[in-house]
Amino acid sequence: MCGAFSFFDAAGKGEVNMYDVVIIGAGVSGSAIARELSRYDANVCVLEKAEDVCCGTSKANSAIIHAGYDCEPGSLMAKLNVEGNAMMTELARDLDVPFERIGSLVVCTDEAARGGLEELLEKGKKNGVPDLRIIERDELVKMEPNISDEAVAALYAPSAGIVCPFTLNIALAENANVNGVEFRFNTEVFAIRKMGDHFELETGNGTIESKCVVNAAGVYADVFHNMLSSHPIHITPRKGEYYLLDKSAGAHVHHTIFMLPTKMGKGILVSPTVHGNLLVGPTATDQEDREGNNTTREGLADVAAKSALTVKNVPLRSVITSFAGLRAHEDHHEFIIREVPDCEGFIDVAGIESPGLSSCPAIGKMAADIVEKKYGFAKKEHFIATRKGVLNPAKLSMEERNELIRKSPAYGNIICRCETISEGEILDAIHRPLGAKSLDGIKRRTRAGMGRCQAGFCSPRVMEILAREVPGVTMENVTKAGGASKLIVGIDKDAYDTMPENAERAAKSAD
Amino acid sequence: MEHYNIVIIGGGPAGLAAAAAAKKAGEDSILILERDQELGGILNQCIHNGFGLHTFKEELTGPEYAGRFITEVKDLGIEYRLNTMVLSISSDRIVTAMNRTDGMFQVKAQAVILAMGCRERPRGALNIPGYRPAGIYTAGTAQRLVNIEGFMPGKEVVILGSGDIGLIMARRMTLEGAKVKVVAELMPYSGGLKRNIVQCLDDFGIPLKLSHTVVDIEGKERVTGVTIAAVDAQNRPIPGTEEHYSCDTLLLSVGLIPENELSLSAGVALSPRHKGPVVNESLETNVPGIFACGNVLHVHDLVDYVSEEATNAGRNAAAFVRRDGKDDAALPAVEIVPGDGIGYTVPETVRPKIMNDLFTVRFRVRGVYRDHFISVYFDGERVQHRKKQIVAPGEMEQVILQKKDLAAHKDLKKITICLEEA
Repeated sequence: MCGAFSFFDAAGKGEVNMYDVVIIGAGVSGSAIARELSRYDANVCVLEKAEDVCCGTSKANSAIIHAGYDCEPGSLMAKLNVEGNAMMTELARDLDVPFERIGSLVVCTDEAARGGLEELLEKGKKNGVPDLRIIERDELVKMEPNISDEAVAALYAPSAGIVCPFTLNIALAENANVNGVEFRFNTEVFAIRKMGDHFELETGNGTIESKCVVNAAGVYADVFHNMLSSHPIHITPRKGEYYLLDKSAGAHVHHTIFMLPTKMGKGILVSPTVHGNLLVGPTATDQEDREGNNTTREGLADVAAKSALTVKNVPLRSVITSFAGLRAHEDHHEFIIREVPDCEGFIDVAGIESPGLSSCPAIGKMAADIVEKKYGFAKKEHFIATRKGVLNPAKLSMEERNELIRKSPAYGNIICRCETISEGEILDAIHRPLGAKSLDGIKRRTRAGMGRCQAGFCSPRVMEILAREVPGVTMENVTKAGGASKLIVGIDKDAYDTMPENAERAAKSAD
Repeated sequence: MEHYNIVIIGGGPAGLAAAAAAKKAGEDSILILERDQELGGILNQCIHNGFGLHTFKEELTGPEYAGRFITEVKDLGIEYRLNTMVLSISSDRIVTAMNRTDGMFQVKAQAVILAMGCRERPRGALNIPGYRPAGIYTAGTAQRLVNIEGFMPGKEVVILGSGDIGLIMARRMTLEGAKVKVVAELMPYSGGLKRNIVQCLDDFGIPLKLSHTVVDIEGKERVTGVTIAAVDAQNRPIPGTEEHYSCDTLLLSVGLIPENELSLSAGVALSPRHKGPVVNESLETNVPGIFACGNVLHVHDLVDYVSEEATNAGRNAAAFVRRDGKDDAALPAVEIVPGDGIGYTVPETVRPKIMNDLFTVRFRVRGVYRDHFISVYFDGERVQHRKKQIVAPGEMEQVILQKKDLAAHKDLKKITICLEEA
């Protein structure tokens, strides 16, 4: 995925000889760690092989903030899940991230398996999950009228929530960047060498040196760990396939619905999203390919069939898209967050699969604490703890909106009709810290293209704005998601000569 | 709040014809709201010819056809606002819209004409598995890129779906130097017009594979290939029939859906059959004073019929304003029902008291039928029986009813249109 252009890489910052900390991976873990480290006076850099943050596991998951009853008591997963969940309210407020504590229900569909709910309840209590209780069918049906006729009882966890995973990742990274952390995109790490008291990282954009390396590389974390440690770890990319349904289906359920595993299998979740869609999935298929996030006929059929195990009449005719994500499954199903014993200064943040998103605030804190304790960085005097997201004009009154349009007419120009996203929001997404450079970058920051027409209407318009606003981007080289994902392969044979801006355009793309 | 007697949502072929007709019927207070920077709608990107054979008795390109209506609207002095997106319509016909210069504003209308057109179904609606790289476009998006922006979205193309835009784009991409390798169609028949299959595929040697679909999309960054397979009668892929095509582009022409978000915001009831508003003979929806025409009502294959339908909607809206027709709902109505072999009819009801002397019912058949009769029943009595050599879902059909015939049938409750074997 290493791209041909790298506009913002270390732009204007001059050559840094030696970083204090290099973090590999700008997913939600790497970005959370970067933000925590940005509280200190340290020279921190995040290396990301994709062209943007949130391009791997962090972009394709269930978007759930789990309560924490599912993890083994005493495990790191249990601890960080419950801590991360508790931290999320404040974090979401500080960083302007859509988050709703809607609660979750683990639905038991077999009277004989009811004991499973009790076990989860006990585990949850041991893990310190607040307000857990088992509810009977009557109450369940009142809470969820579309619950399966087979449902007999459920474990209700009011502290569970839903979050926008893109905004969470982007917000953490933006805030880290505002506080001085450098992000280098299109910078894949090929090799890491320990050189006495520091590391040399060989990347697609030259060699980078750092005293400390944090390995937050998702499905690649074992690759980097095994370059340096004689005690290998093993991560399996575990594919999960999902359906995303139209907003017309978003109110089909009001909580995140899980299935209590039975002899019928593990089931899948059915959940509203913070934007009002309905999400159904995931499957779980182990594979070798670390980039193999394709959907399959069998996987999607499985999702469709299993949705009916807990929820009646899921309106699968309203599917607007399907996608797959890869979890970084470590063989022992446990987070590995520690300095590698036989490699001083190399910190693993590995095996971050579900509940990784839920745990990310606590993962960030724990990893940053390990680094800080080791190197004793001083606290920054002027840490900026808050961040404002891309303005959502739909939340404004008509008067406020008109005031906004008077000041900035671009907010009066609707570009994405399905999600009602204006040019003003798209310009904001491009020009803010770590701004968008591609269609997907715009989509994850503004939702333009995420609606029911799936970018059919807005993509040519967004391409034009990107070509106009982003240095080095033209209509001919604008991408879907960086790298080789070019949207245009040439110009019409008879259009070339009639283009008055042709000379200028050619000059611009030669840059 | 501003006030207009008629506000028209959309300045494409339907909106333009409706506006001109309302004006010519004596209505002066008309406003067209158009979201694009020009009037004309989708016709502006339909640069091929074949438009206007019925209306103007000559073959025009899309922009030329639109141009005639745009000139008429301008000559008639009808007001319009460009770059203006309508955000919602209330059931009491307050239209909320937005643009760069006026900001967010509201307009109160006596009558609203819905003329928003339709949109293309995306990949997700078909659950096509595979990767999600660059290079997957709906045919209409590709058409815009090629014909308006002047850019080629791909060089080696596979097209899924044989709707008219897909067929037109097969030819267009070929003329621009791309190689169109195959057009796959899930159904055992094409959804497009026969003339487009001949002129856009056959004339260029592009194969059309009926009862085939895409079962995999390859390419992590840009499309590198697709696999198509034959499907059985339940549209399930048949193992062993897979064929791989290397390509950099997949175009989707897999159906159009009337764009009814605004209709729903006004409380307009939609037909599960044609996905547009349920309307009466005046093309008025269940919400008094809100009319619909063109592709937002039901997807047409010929723009000439859009113009004709919209002309009726414009006249009827003007008549509604003139007679203050808010009590029309009390008039007795006769139901129009799709019988055997018929997918839907537009309209769904007719009120004999205020219908025109001649009245067109448009419909589509459910499948391909040879040597069948199109029949019309007034309750149990067959009143029309017309033989057709072939009918297909891709070609809209019509029957014409006369006011005097309806009047002659006392207590008429139901008009049924159906296909009957010879």
